[in-house]
Amino acid sequence: MGLLSDPNRRRALISLLTRLNAPICVVCYMAGVAWFMGLAFEPFTLRTYMSENAMGSTMVEERFPAGERALGTGREFSAHKKKAGGMPVDWLVKTMQSRGLEVFTQRFSRRLPFPDEDKERYMVKGTNVYGILRAPRAPRTEALVLSAPCSPGDDNNQAVGVLLGLAQYFRNQVFWAKDIIFLVNEHDLIGMQAWLEGYHHTNTTGMDWSPLQGRGGSIQAALSLELSSDVVTSLDLVLEGLNGQLPNLDLANLFYAFCQKIGVLCTTQGKLQRNDWDSVSGYSHAVQTMMLMVMKQASGRPWGDHGLFLRYHIEAATIKGINSFRQYKTDATTIGRLLEGMYRKLNNLLERLHQSYFFYLMPSLSHFVSIGYYMPAFGLLALILLLRVSFQPRLLTTYLLTDGVPGVLSVLTPLVISHLTGVALYTLPIHFQEIAVEHFPVSETEAVVLTAIAVYTAGLALPHNTHRLLTGRGTENGWKVLKLVAVLYLAVLLGCTALINFSLGFILALTLVPVAAFVTPDVPKALSAFIMVILSPACTLLFSVFLFQELQEMPVSFLDGWMLYLSVISQGILDHALYGSLVYPLVALLVYPCWLLFWNILFWK
Amino acid sequence: MAAPLTLLLLVAVTVRAALYRSSLADLISERVEVVSPLTAWKRVVEGLALLDLGVSPYSGDVFHETPLIIYLFHFLVDYAEITFMLADVITAVALYLSVKDYNKQVFRKQKYALEADRYPLDCLELIRSPKEMQYIPLKVAMFYLLNPFTILSCVAKSTCGLNNAVIALFVLSTIKGNSRTHSSPAEGNSIYPLTLCAAALLYLLQRQYIPVNLRRFSFWWFVAQYAFMYLGSLFVIVGLSFFLLGSWDFLPSVYGFILSVPDLTPNIGLFWYFFAEMFEHFRLFFLCVFQINVFFYTVPLSIKLKEHPVFLIFMQLAVISIFKSYPTVGDIALYMAFLPVWSHLHRFLRNIFLVSCVLLACSALFPVLWHLWIYAGSANSNFYYAITLLFNVAQILLVSDYFYAFLRREHHLSHGLYLKRKDGSEATLVLK
Repeated sequence: MGLLSDPNRRRALISLLTRLNAPICVVCYMAGVAWFMGLAFEPFTLRTYMSENAMGSTMVEERFPAGERALGTGREFSAHKKKAGGMPVDWLVKTMQSRGLEVFTQRFSRRLPFPDEDKERYMVKGTNVYGILRAPRAPRTEALVLSAPCSPGDDNNQAVGVLLGLAQYFRNQVFWAKDIIFLVNEHDLIGMQAWLEGYHHTNTTGMDWSPLQGRGGSIQAALSLELSSDVVTSLDLVLEGLNGQLPNLDLANLFYAFCQKIGVLCTTQGKLQRNDWDSVSGYSHAVQTMMLMVMKQASGRPWGDHGLFLRYHIEAATIKGINSFRQYKTDATTIGRLLEGMYRKLNNLLERLHQSYFFYLMPSLSHFVSIGYYMPAFGLLALILLLRVSFQPRLLTTYLLTDGVPGVLSVLTPLVISHLTGVALYTLPIHFQEIAVEHFPVSETEAVVLTAIAVYTAGLALPHNTHRLLTGRGTENGWKVLKLVAVLYLAVLLGCTALINFSLGFILALTLVPVAAFVTPDVPKALSAFIMVILSPACTLLFSVFLFQELQEMPVSFLDGWMLYLSVISQGILDHALYGSLVYPLVALLVYPCWLLFWNILFWK
Repeated sequence: MAAPLTLLLLVAVTVRAALYRSSLADLISERVEVVSPLTAWKRVVEGLALLDLGVSPYSGDVFHETPLIIYLFHFLVDYAEITFMLADVITAVALYLSVKDYNKQVFRKQKYALEADRYPLDCLELIRSPKEMQYIPLKVAMFYLLNPFTILSCVAKSTCGLNNAVIALFVLSTIKGNSRTHSSPAEGNSIYPLTLCAAALLYLLQRQYIPVNLRRFSFWWFVAQYAFMYLGSLFVIVGLSFFLLGSWDFLPSVYGFILSVPDLTPNIGLFWYFFAEMFEHFRLFFLCVFQINVFFYTVPLSIKLKEHPVFLIFMQLAVISIFKSYPTVGDIALYMAFLPVWSHLHRFLRNIFLVSCVLLACSALFPVLWHLWIYAGSANSNFYYAITLLFNVAQILLVSDYFYAFLRREHHLSHGLYLKRKDGSEATLVLK
């Protein structure tokens, strides 16, 4: 308290901060980036360990024998799928019933706001089939879910085969204390959304689905299986869910523990873990893995069918079988045993998974970085904003007292206008698609994306002009107050974003904080305008697309990258409309207007 | 001055009416920051349903407002939205009138002091001019009506708005100096505004030119008169409640509920987390400590501020809204409305910028951490309580900053603006 109440010490502190402001900011930025890059360095990370006692010490045996038969069922499923031209509902119902499950179906339909060109769908109609294995050992108050998607083409037939094989095998075991629900969902996430909404009696996205006829207990955990070949070389664990939410780390630990026990190669982000952390290539491998996780998390979209479970407090992950050119192959029996082991451990749970971390980044499957370690990286960036604010505390009161109503108006107008631009960016693309299609030679999807880009670009020209027209010349103090407001706004915005989705907050902070820190009307216009555009949210997204491809070791040419960028925008808008992902509204309604405020300051006259 | 006030009222009512029609209204009325178990509209509706069925509204431990409120809404339930908007308007107008009156008195006092040459010469820049004081009442009304906290509270139909209106009327009647009509309905609504009566008493004493002197008969006579009036009106209110309801159910259910804090739903106060974590056998002890804490500040503040009862009212309102058992943002809005009255203190305020930034950031973080705790399941109650703590610390800093600034201005007014040490060098005031 001495610091706050003793005027002499305050003055000393303030003068120090004012004098060294720019160097401290630069140091903070570098330290923030360095801290982030350091997170992947293995000595700085923690080894994963099982926190949940119910899953840790108890031993289970895996005896699933029927891998070959499961693959046969998968082939049968594939044949029926081809014949039915979609989900072979009757065959699945019959097969599940013959395996002793209670079988139900759910029909759903959904019209997308505009055609999805990636997955080629617009009017979606489908059926989910699920069978419930009632727990013989305990009151049926809790459940586990195993799901496999029914994908178009030849994908994921083996997953359905393994699922049915496991169902048959599980039916004969007596130790199940939780209902196990075997779900085959059509149209991947849309079907999953319909099923979850039906299961929980909610309807958040205005979808049509028939109510579920049978339910189990409250779902404790869920795994989604994706398997498209008879043998696999490795299994990949996908954790990132809707809005960057992650399942409890214990689920990842469980998967890792069983992969170790059974001897299956396991990866995360498609990257094997390496033991040479002390070499440059080993470190850069860990950085790449972590960066991939950060970018996937920042995108806010569900990266597997499990992504929507997390919204309902259900810990879930997707396990993907990968078949590459390695020598060592794993067969379906082993995968079945792995899943059996995981389900038996999950069956032992006495309460929901809550012991381990919910906020983490993984540079490899065996190591993780918890929130306490990665938050300082963001904190150092946010500190810059606070430093930029700190040296002008008297500004606001003096400004309000001297400039009065016109002064307030000259700050308020850009605020209102940039937010209206944001609202336009949020609402116009979907509403204007029909008009755009009539007048220009584009498809609906292109129309939506191009409208979004057009509104975004128009926003750059609009606000500062209108503001000059309305209130005449801005005063010297005017831009300072506007900057103060904008910097505070950005600090609160990024802080809240980083709490919900660290990766998104960090990436936005990386690009927006330098803009916020150094923009004034006095810097050279053309150069700074160029830098600002480079660092604007849309360009950040463009760079992220290229970086993501680079990290996945699938570099693309500029033209392909641009096409990918357009499809990423349309996917973002679709994710918002279909599943309620928050990234698009966040960027359109808050981040973009905030960036426009800084743009306004640059062109303050 | 009537035209801008009317315009302001129109804007405020339009904003509220628009929000009532939007989909946000349902969302807001569920927010724990905006409604407490005491003030939630959902609970009033439940109480009304019970009343209509001929059951005591207090059976079932849902409804905890006073009988007067439930009988008010018994008649007005179809016009609830209008009632809440009207309550806000009444509060704003009452505050407007009282501040206008108060400013007149301040100005008159200042004129007498100037004529009597009581201020040191270098204090002329501290003297307040009528020009700068002209818009203060309007700003007070604006701070109340356009404060997002008030708007949220009104849109959520939190009965806090009605309590605020009653307190504002209480302040108005005190400042108008009308000790006859000056009753205690504010006290009928909850217990905490009881502490305001010390400030009101001091104000009335000052107005009647009765010195606060414990040896003087006239002082004790006036105190006795006041206490009689006060207890009498309290008795009338409680009696009225009894006759309306026909039983004493409401006493444990309203006042017992406030004092013993059985409902630990999270809110922006300090009670819920502390009592949720506590071992049961310490509960009574800490309950007493926490509740005495709210009332205790009355004594030192009344002694220190006995010359400035209106500032004392402001301090008391702030203390109540920080330390009460079920605070909501509506309570904060009430004392924040008084901030423009003290705008002449701005040169002495030290942390106002920092504190307002913290308050803003916390207000944004409340829903975010709530989301992480309740919906995402990835955070827990500690995260939310941390923000609650920070929010309350910021409020305490804000209030103590104003307190310090007020005392410092008074000090300068009596000792001169440029203080000299004994050896003649420039001195600075340090609060330790």
